[in-house]
Amino acid sequence: MAQSDGEQRSGAPRDLHLTEVSKRFGDFVAVDDLTLTVPEGAFFALLGPSGCGKTTTLRMVAGLEDPTAGTVSIGAEDITGLKPYKRPVNTVFQSYALFPHLTIFENIAFGLRRRGVKDVKRQTDDMLRLVQLEQYGGRKPAQLSGGQQQRVALGRALINEPGVLLLDEPLGALDLKLRRQMQLELKRIQTEIGITFVHVTHDQEEAMTMADTIAVMNSGVIEQMGAPTELYENPRTTFVANFLGQSNLVSTDVVDSSGSTVIVDCHGQKVGVDESRSHTDQGKGWLGIRPEKIFASQRDSEDLEDGNQLTGGVVSDVSFVGVSTQYLVRMPWGQELMVFEQNTGQRQSFKSGDEVDLAWSPQHSFLLDADQDAAAGAVREDVG
Amino acid sequence: MNPSATEAVNVTDKPGQRRGKGWLLLVPGMLWLLMFFLFPTVQLFFTSLYDPSGSFEQGYAMTWHFQNYADAIKETSDLFVRSFLYAGITTLVCLLLAYPLAYAIAFKSGRWKNVMLVLVIAPFFTSFLLRTLSWQAILADQGPVTGFLRALAILPDDGRLLATPIAVVAGLIYNFLPFMTLPLYASLDKVDHRLIEAAGDLYSSPFTGFRKVTLPLSMPGLVSGTLLTFIPASGDYINAELLGTPREYMLGNRIQSAFLVEQNYPLAATLSLSLMLLVVVMVILYIRRSGTEELV
Ligand SMILES: Nc1ncnc2c1ncn2[C@@H]1O[C@H](COP(=O)(O)OP(=O)(O)OP(=O)(O)O)[C@@H](O)[C@H]1O
Ligand SMILES: [Mg+2]
Repeated sequence: MAQSDGEQRSGAPRDLHLTEVSKRFGDFVAVDDLTLTVPEGAFFALLGPSGCGKTTTLRMVAGLEDPTAGTVSIGAEDITGLKPYKRPVNTVFQSYALFPHLTIFENIAFGLRRRGVKDVKRQTDDMLRLVQLEQYGGRKPAQLSGGQQQRVALGRALINEPGVLLLDEPLGALDLKLRRQMQLELKRIQTEIGITFVHVTHDQEEAMTMADTIAVMNSGVIEQMGAPTELYENPRTTFVANFLGQSNLVSTDVVDSSGSTVIVDCHGQKVGVDESRSHTDQGKGWLGIRPEKIFASQRDSEDLEDGNQLTGGVVSDVSFVGVSTQYLVRMPWGQELMVFEQNTGQRQSFKSGDEVDLAWSPQHSFLLDADQDAAAGAVREDVG
Repeated sequence: MNPSATEAVNVTDKPGQRRGKGWLLLVPGMLWLLMFFLFPTVQLFFTSLYDPSGSFEQGYAMTWHFQNYADAIKETSDLFVRSFLYAGITTLVCLLLAYPLAYAIAFKSGRWKNVMLVLVIAPFFTSFLLRTLSWQAILADQGPVTGFLRALAILPDDGRLLATPIAVVAGLIYNFLPFMTLPLYASLDKVDHRLIEAAGDLYSSPFTGFRKVTLPLSMPGLVSGTLLTFIPASGDYINAELLGTPREYMLGNRIQSAFLVEQNYPLAATLSLSLMLLVVVMVILYIRRSGTEELV
């Protein structure tokens, strides 16, 4: 019995499982009945706005916070009650938490020394090289820049080659260029050593470029989880639709949901949505269309694409951003829709006041439950 | 001598230090020290070299009598040893008592933190002399503590506490405990709790985390606390006077009687300066040893 148990354990992948995990601080529910699985070796991103419970979730995995309910396990081993120092988990803290009294070398060697590993010097030197801090080994953390400190925090956790590495916004303090560079670096390291990464961020672009799987979190619950493309193309809630990229959400009435294409009435014009992307089948619904999926063409022109059409728009704002031109189009019902046209040179450009019709294919839109707030998750400065 | 000496060790290459008018801030303090410390010390130095054959009534002749030092130290070497022994024990016991106390106040007291700090300082609301006198009552032969220890047969039936070295050291510990507790608390309170979490995350048991993170980070407070305890304790005479007998007298008692009773000013000055010099040497060695690296 015990033997087969052991076999199963060593054979089973060391996936990270959170099962019905909740965390309450007094009356406040920071994490609400969360269930997720992170496959061994995956790059998993936890994405959500500030205060949604990302750090709290990580802390429960690290053992720094006890869940109010639920279990955390790695592979078949339940680690819910295990002390932090006994878990095969390391954290890159949001605040770095570098030891101010130790040199960079000793900070990075800290975990090795505690575990009584033999060749501390060689491994630490290797890690210093990996995070490009060879010449800083003798300094104290206070003598490094924010970005360098962040790399120390990363090296200090990575060197232990934990089963799961938790990264709490590890790139938050970096400028854009270094951030991109570190994103690639992180991804490279992760692929190279094959450690499971759980990466917390509130930067959707970072999550999409780096992760195999993204979980979008909002107010303590996971709104949706899946591959970046799936989340982007087929969001299931208005929050996800707005938080990942930008979306036009138009109020519609469902007319016919019996076929493979759900037909909705959009202020008098009928359009279709793929059934697989339709998350409501009666009453009202939010029709979602990504701005870059819409083609604009001159009113009543021949080259209007097949598929869905909304006619009667007037261009109200044009902004040229290099790779694309972003239009705001005022529709007959008063709403302004975003339309991004790639500057391929093939397509006609418009100016403010031009009358246009819009078209997109049914596979490129989605239909969401109308009970939700259409502005949930929207980043204000992004609009327009 | 002052606690900032411990921090002065590592002031090189701190950012944001520019030349300017900042030194003007030093002027009032410097003037004060000049008038009330440097000037009397120089005066004391001259007094210590007066010819010992003089007397208070007839006046002393200045004969640069360096022999005073050799004579004084020979005569009082046992007092020096006892002073440093008592001060050393006091410092050690204070550290052992104050560290857990300061730790608990800094990390575990929650909303009782301020109350506990006030309790630590509360003894200062009464005079040092009065508090030491009340220890006479506490440790008296018919007092509660002696009675209790006799009942437990820890003390023999005629055993006493008052007028023993234990009473003197106990008084010293009591009086200097806050001077150890407060700097330790100040240091521990600054220790970022997240660092302790990080140590736990990096395979340190709570005890190892304490040893490798909390303790080193509390070193500045530990160094100031031990100095603030050891230095005044080694010069103290009230506790020996009130709780001990001449057998427990410390150097301070001898200085006090040389100045005020015998009015042998050269001897008093010699002893004062010798004590000061020895303490300064010890403090310098101690700060060197306690590791400039340990201090952040
Ligand atoms: N110890 C605590 N006591 C009470 N409330 C807490 C505690 N820790 C976190 N919270 C609350 O739980 C919620 C989630 O916090 P958490 O730190 O997990 O947010 P986050 O998603 O990491 O946010 P950010 O992106 O800003 O780091 C917040 O509203 C926070 O105020
Ligand atoms: Mg956080």
